Amino acid sequence: MEPVHVCMPPPGAEKPWRIESYESRGGYQAWRRVLAGELDAAEILETVKASGLRGRGGAGFPTGLKWSFMPGDFEQPTYLVCNSDESEPGTCHDRDILRYNPHALIEGMALAGFAMGATVSYNYIRGEFLGEPVPRFLDALEQAREAGLIGRGLGAAGVHFELHPFVGAGAYICGEETGLLESLEGKPGKPRFKPPFPAQSGLYGRPTTVNNTQTLACVPAIVEQGAEWFKSLGPPNSAGTMIYSVSGHVERPGNYEAPLGVSFNELLEHAGGVWKGRRLKAVIPGGSSVPVLPAEIIRECSMDYDSLSKAGSALGTGAMIVMDETTCMVSALRRIARFYYAESCGQCTPCREGTGWLYRMLTRMLEGRARISDLDLLLNVANNIEGHTICALGDAAAWPVQSFLKHFRGEFEAVIQGSDAPAEQREVAYA
Amino acid sequence: MRDRTILPAGARDIIRESASRFPPGRQRSAVLDALRLAQKENGGWLTVQLMDDVAEELDLPPIQVYEVATFYSMFQVRPVGRHCVAVCTNISCWLRGGEELLAHLEKRLGIGVGESTPDGRIFLKEEEECLAACTGAPMMMVDHSYHENLTLEKADRIIGKLS
Repeated sequence: MEPVHVCMPPPGAEKPWRIESYESRGGYQAWRRVLAGELDAAEILETVKASGLRGRGGAGFPTGLKWSFMPGDFEQPTYLVCNSDESEPGTCHDRDILRYNPHALIEGMALAGFAMGATVSYNYIRGEFLGEPVPRFLDALEQAREAGLIGRGLGAAGVHFELHPFVGAGAYICGEETGLLESLEGKPGKPRFKPPFPAQSGLYGRPTTVNNTQTLACVPAIVEQGAEWFKSLGPPNSAGTMIYSVSGHVERPGNYEAPLGVSFNELLEHAGGVWKGRRLKAVIPGGSSVPVLPAEIIRECSMDYDSLSKAGSALGTGAMIVMDETTCMVSALRRIARFYYAESCGQCTPCREGTGWLYRMLTRMLEGRARISDLDLLLNVANNIEGHTICALGDAAAWPVQSFLKHFRGEFEAVIQGSDAPAEQREVAYA
Repeated sequence: MRDRTILPAGARDIIRESASRFPPGRQRSAVLDALRLAQKENGGWLTVQLMDDVAEELDLPPIQVYEVATFYSMFQVRPVGRHCVAVCTNISCWLRGGEELLAHLEKRLGIGVGESTPDGRIFLKEEEECLAACTGAPMMMVDHSYHENLTLEKADRIIGKLS
């Protein structure tokens, strides 16, 4: 696997979070051209559209298209909001962008804001990042301000671009873009009905675009090196690179940036392979919300939007959670189910009630108090949540249940029937 | 009527500075910052009095402050120990011993999650959801510092140093 660095600094760069380091790597050149009046908004928008960049926060929506929903002639202020509320289980690359390449994010935000005509922006950073990522980002912001890159009346072109930090306080749901906007307004982070979409009515009722940290950190390189270059890094529909967070049962967990379309096997090998010489059992390829895939299916996949979607899962956030043969899939699913139960904001009944129901049923199965017919009930509850809630948290709670049962039903039956065989033998006995 | 306020003057200035990052009339956006500051000043948890002070400072009905303080997991509205210890047990940490780490600390400290040690030294936060350090599993957050790739011995040393 050939690592390619678009969002992350090259390995070995000294203090890559400092502005001197970023500028020595070609950083802020695109933004300086904007400030000199040499690059206009339409050109940036067209370049990002043509690059095929898709949102890295999980949904994969085309970024340039999202930007184009912003009304160009709307009176100010209109807003750009960066979603650094990274909290999808398994995902930890935005934290590293904030720690190691904050200027790429700041320049990406500036270019994005300018392209959309938004003169005020906020970076919503999760509260738990207060120790290290927040100070790094604040220092970088201060440096950018001192360098005359952020503020009002910048450069010969007199550009206005203000960037404010915002620190959250612990709630997964605030990673959902309208929940995030509610939180930014100082309220509980309960997602809003859409429409209206944020581009029509977002922060304080004004046109707003919310983009993910990694998405925005890609933008300077795209504007500088061109749409064709970015597109050529990955397969069709999956332009550019992804920082894959590889976690779980591998020898060398880590954040690895590589072109989209890298094969699963190569990426696994890059992370040192399955730990302890064990066999691979299953992988959740895009954060805990996307469907799990058993070893024989994921082995055939490449890590991009189309390949994983065809296999019945999704690229999501590119967080690859690896499980070896000793993993009890019922216990794993119960742990995932508990997360959605804990994090449901509670405003939609199917999610508020259903997530707790899922968790309690899975607990019963593990405690020997369930019947085989409970598996259909479990699926029924999941199906009744999916698609029936304001936001995608409900779907995210349902998909793991549906996919674990689809691929590992035999193991669930074994557990309900009281099998005391170790997890690695269950498949053999019940497949 | 409340007879006194307990937010220090310095804290009031910081809250006003925070509110200045938002448009006029949108000072409600500063409530998270204000609560965080008030909680820090009070040793890790919020009293009703403090929440009322924040409401007064930001010119908000108190209920708008209470509903935020009780929605977000980083705010505590009852007394807790001085140091907040949060062990992640979400899926990536779970796969690499996060639950065993938590059980070990519960035993060592003699308290369960959600409880504080009787000497007021340590608050073991309710089982923690993903803290976005999945490639350093198992991990825990102590106050605002992340400690990754933990062993039971390493965790013991970190806890032992807390005063």
